[in-house]
Amino acid sequence: MKSPIVRRFLKRKVSVVGLVILVIFFLMATIGPFLCQNDPLEQDTPNKNLGPSLEHWFGTDYLGRDTFTRIVYGARVSLSISFAGVLSGCFIGIIMGVCAGYFGGVTDAVISRVIDVLLAFPGLLLAIVIVAILGNGTQNTIIAIAVFAIPSIARMVRGVVIGNKNAQYIGAAKVMGESHLRIIVTHIIPNSVSQIIVNVTLNLGTAILTSSSLSFLGMGVQPPSPEWGAMLNKAKEVLRASPWQAVFPGLVITLVVMSFSLVGDGLRDALDPKLKNVS
Amino acid sequence: MLGYVIKRLLQLIPTLLLVSIIVFLMVRIIPGDPITLLYGVSESGGTSEEYIDAMRDKYGLNDPLIVQYFRWIGGFFRGDMGTSLLTHKTIAKELTNRYQYTIILALGGTVVGSIVGVIFGIIAAACHNKLGDNVVMVISMIAVSIPSFFFAMLLMLLFCLHLKLLPSLGLKSWRHAILPIATLGLGAVGMIARTTRSSMLDVINQDYIRTAKAYGTSRFQIITKYAFKNALIPVLTAIGLRFGSLLAGAALVETIFTIPGIGSFLVSSVNGRDYPAIQSTVLVLAASFVIVNTLVDVVYALVDPRVKFE
Repeated sequence: MKSPIVRRFLKRKVSVVGLVILVIFFLMATIGPFLCQNDPLEQDTPNKNLGPSLEHWFGTDYLGRDTFTRIVYGARVSLSISFAGVLSGCFIGIIMGVCAGYFGGVTDAVISRVIDVLLAFPGLLLAIVIVAILGNGTQNTIIAIAVFAIPSIARMVRGVVIGNKNAQYIGAAKVMGESHLRIIVTHIIPNSVSQIIVNVTLNLGTAILTSSSLSFLGMGVQPPSPEWGAMLNKAKEVLRASPWQAVFPGLVITLVVMSFSLVGDGLRDALDPKLKNVS
Repeated sequence: MLGYVIKRLLQLIPTLLLVSIIVFLMVRIIPGDPITLLYGVSESGGTSEEYIDAMRDKYGLNDPLIVQYFRWIGGFFRGDMGTSLLTHKTIAKELTNRYQYTIILALGGTVVGSIVGVIFGIIAAACHNKLGDNVVMVISMIAVSIPSFFFAMLLMLLFCLHLKLLPSLGLKSWRHAILPIATLGLGAVGMIARTTRSSMLDVINQDYIRTAKAYGTSRFQIITKYAFKNALIPVLTAIGLRFGSLLAGAALVETIFTIPGIGSFLVSSVNGRDYPAIQSTVLVLAASFVIVNTLVDVVYALVDPRVKFE
């Protein structure tokens, strides 16, 4: 017996394809490095800037490192940065959204202002500002992605909470003397779970784009770490001689980002059938 | 109406104030004192405490934060933003010289992206769930997923290195602008096409469209004349948001095509730890974004008589 959610998700073929691609990349990130024969950092300058061949499936980079191996190891770097960033941002965002929506009044006004200010830094600018304050590196990229993810989640949770907080079952829980914390954890959050899941999935795709953009600009993960965006940064300088170095990591980023969006859209349709056919 | 516009503009003030405070505090949060960073290592190998203190006095860093803030923001409004530590030119001059490039790119990207995106969205809605819809949705899905710097590199490979049709670096003529604008436009196409499509689908299912059909109005006329007009509002918001984020998103494209705009100035300032430059650039970009969004809201109220002017 399949649950209706799973059945609805499976009905959208493109989302299933996206899910399969993501599973492949998760496997790549977890067990991939154990299957690779090459070292992602090992330099082999006589064999630099090679095109794809049987020996080097995706060719080699400007230091003779195997591009395929670096992409496999890069999956671990990129995915762990995105997950760590989005999940911590999501955690803070949920707390902010719940507090703003549930308590209202001054709390709401203050939190909404903070969200407004975060949204005043368009797109990549917020991430750049954070990295400018904290300095570059993996940890600060994670923080930048977390802050980047906060406003959208906080706003959405706030909306759901405001929509639900006057429902009768919340009133009933209050009458029964349940504490605010208990009401929030057992009644309010479960009601927003489906939207949180969708939001997190879509945010993960954006996070991959953000972290690779930062490392492309030299502000994120630092070399020699095989981050996908950082690989493109180095490939830019040898674009004419060896375009493969840019093409493979670029395609991989596009593929992963797209898969997250496809799965996110599929989940939204599956979890909330009312929204079907709209977007 | 006028009251609404004034109210929206007044609402801008607290946001801009908070943004400016955050940008101001940015430099104070950074570990390490900017003066020590600047003058910490002199030719003699060290700097005396008195010297650093004198420099702190000179730059007013010993004053209370609130005094420093008002001095900074006051200077900002008079166009005095200090001097860039990297280029040794005044930041105001750097920004005014560079702003035009970024505006050209952001405007070009928005216009191209909006035209193509709206057409795509209408096609998708008109052939809902048929081949045209699927093709458009696949294209817009790729458009939002592909990193702009990767797409820029693909365009460069094709048009500059293989076909040798277009120049790849700088922004000296209109031919230089084609690829950067195409790159920025593609990012906008995806989002605008999706918004147009869903907004059109909402409208197409309404009663007055069915009435128009019953009157025998042609399909083309229904879509362009009756449906699109009413579907326009969410699309306008999407376009406005897009323009703002292109102002900032230009950083990647400017870096790739080595265009001396605001974005590439920000990137080099961040990489060179040029804090006065970072501060002013971020404030200018964030303020432009917030102001553009407010203007879009106002235009939207003008276009749609249903918006209430509370």
